[in-house]
Amino acid sequence: MGKTIIQKIIKNNTGIDAKPGDIVTVNVDRVMIHDIFIPFVASKFEEMGFTKLWDADKVVLVYDHLVPASQVDDTRHFKIGNEFVEKYGMKNIHRSDGICHQLMTEAGYVKPGDIVFGTDSHTTTYGCVGAFSSGIGYTEMASILGTGTMWVKVPETIKVNITGKLPDNVMAKDIILKLIRDLGADGATYKALEFAGDTVKNMSVASRMSMSNMAIEAGAKCALFSPDEKTAEYCEITLTDKERDLVADSDAVYCKEINYRAEDFVPVMACPSNVDNVKPVDEIISNAEGGNIAVDQVFIGSCTNGRLEDLMAAAEVLKGKKVAPFVKLIVTPASRKIYRQAAKNGTLKILAEAGAMITHPSCGLCCGRAGGILTDGEVVVATNNRNFLGRMGTSKVSIYLASPKTAASCAIEGRITHA
Amino acid sequence: MGKIFKFNQDVDTDQIIASQYLLFPTIDDMKVHAFESLDPVFASNVEPGDYVVASENFGCGSSREQAPSVLKALGVKAVIAKSFARIFYRNAINIGLPVIVCKELHDNVEAGDEMELSLQEGIVHVGDKEYECTKLPEYMQGILDQGGLIASLNRE
Repeated sequence: MGKTIIQKIIKNNTGIDAKPGDIVTVNVDRVMIHDIFIPFVASKFEEMGFTKLWDADKVVLVYDHLVPASQVDDTRHFKIGNEFVEKYGMKNIHRSDGICHQLMTEAGYVKPGDIVFGTDSHTTTYGCVGAFSSGIGYTEMASILGTGTMWVKVPETIKVNITGKLPDNVMAKDIILKLIRDLGADGATYKALEFAGDTVKNMSVASRMSMSNMAIEAGAKCALFSPDEKTAEYCEITLTDKERDLVADSDAVYCKEINYRAEDFVPVMACPSNVDNVKPVDEIISNAEGGNIAVDQVFIGSCTNGRLEDLMAAAEVLKGKKVAPFVKLIVTPASRKIYRQAAKNGTLKILAEAGAMITHPSCGLCCGRAGGILTDGEVVVATNNRNFLGRMGTSKVSIYLASPKTAASCAIEGRITHA
Repeated sequence: MGKIFKFNQDVDTDQIIASQYLLFPTIDDMKVHAFESLDPVFASNVEPGDYVVASENFGCGSSREQAPSVLKALGVKAVIAKSFARIFYRNAINIGLPVIVCKELHDNVEAGDEMELSLQEGIVHVGDKEYECTKLPEYMQGILDQGGLIASLNRE
């Protein structure tokens, strides 16, 4: 019987021909811890009686949710993180370089076929380069730090085929939102997603990243793209034979197959307050009273959509235009590198001239701690991955999730619309 | 016997413990805010030995282990749901909070009903009715039996 991508990754890592449902112990290639959870990881690690890291080079610590600190209490996390780094001889620490999920592939910590865990649910992101990566809690992270191993149940796989050319006003974000709608918020729980088809092959790694990032919103354990030349270029590597072989066998077994025609996609939004409450933008407008939903704020950023191509897509819409006078447009590049690239190629200038507030690279508004908190009755259109109740302010804020192009159009019009 | 606190489907970890409380230094500081957006009096009304009963996909969203931790700290004896999100499920077992899949319970009970869970047999008793639960995979039951991952690792 043929293997899916996840079965191949597990075989390469463990030597075991595992079937879905089998429980196997894997050797972890890399782990990521971020600032919110480092104090708990550190105390659990010591509570477990460990005195050294299994491999300090394989541990990455990123300060991103709390950067720069907005409350005095936030600095406690940096202090504990810094002490942990010092005490256990870690070298891979990023104190203000960007969002963890961006940095893990951008800074070369994750390669095709790797098995990676992080203390964040959006760790599924690294499937964009063909890595098996998933989120875990701090107790399990502490256990990996001491042992270098982790048990996993081999997931079944849902295959998603997409063929054809996407309409100009549609981005990868619209595809993943539609898929989450079709699967439901728990439609891929315990399962792997595998993306294939020429639309996916023609996509940049950045676009693939938006999709693997949001796989968790359908409950998925991981979301895999086969490594190809685009992956090699992005990771600045030459693919080995083993990495090239990370494509599903033709007789691999799937629990479900979904087929989409790229031409059928339209701009969509996840409406308040569930990520699977996805509707075409045209339908949202036509169902609204008077066909109008006014927007108070627009957020373009996050590990879902804060990459250079996202900022450039927004700039293309905003070029020569002005943000509506009552709208606050907040743009947060996902990393320092992206910030520099966007400054160099003129993207930031276009955004600034249109009226955007451009902030330092970080999680920013997405995790609701700083940088544009909203209040009762306000509406925000945002490019991040969650619109849960209370995520960006009070529980009476309406959060609509959309692509950068759609979000930029909303900023200009001051109401829900699309490019 | 314990009281039932009832929740619906897709309860996310932000609703169990909102992100603004994650920076509090201890779980005991956070626990008084459990379920605050859904049921502001939950934390003051729940008593040790009570149960949380939910519909599908309980604990979806972020990886925060504080979500099962605050429930355990408040004395919640077990969470019984139609299904759980993956990370919450693992985290709960790892900290020693029983998470039990039971397809029928949610639709047949009301908030405030008294119930008893027999963990070894996998049966919930409510009044004179019994509901059968899905048993944990052996590996996870082993971790839970030892009181969670830390106890389990220390024993090894």
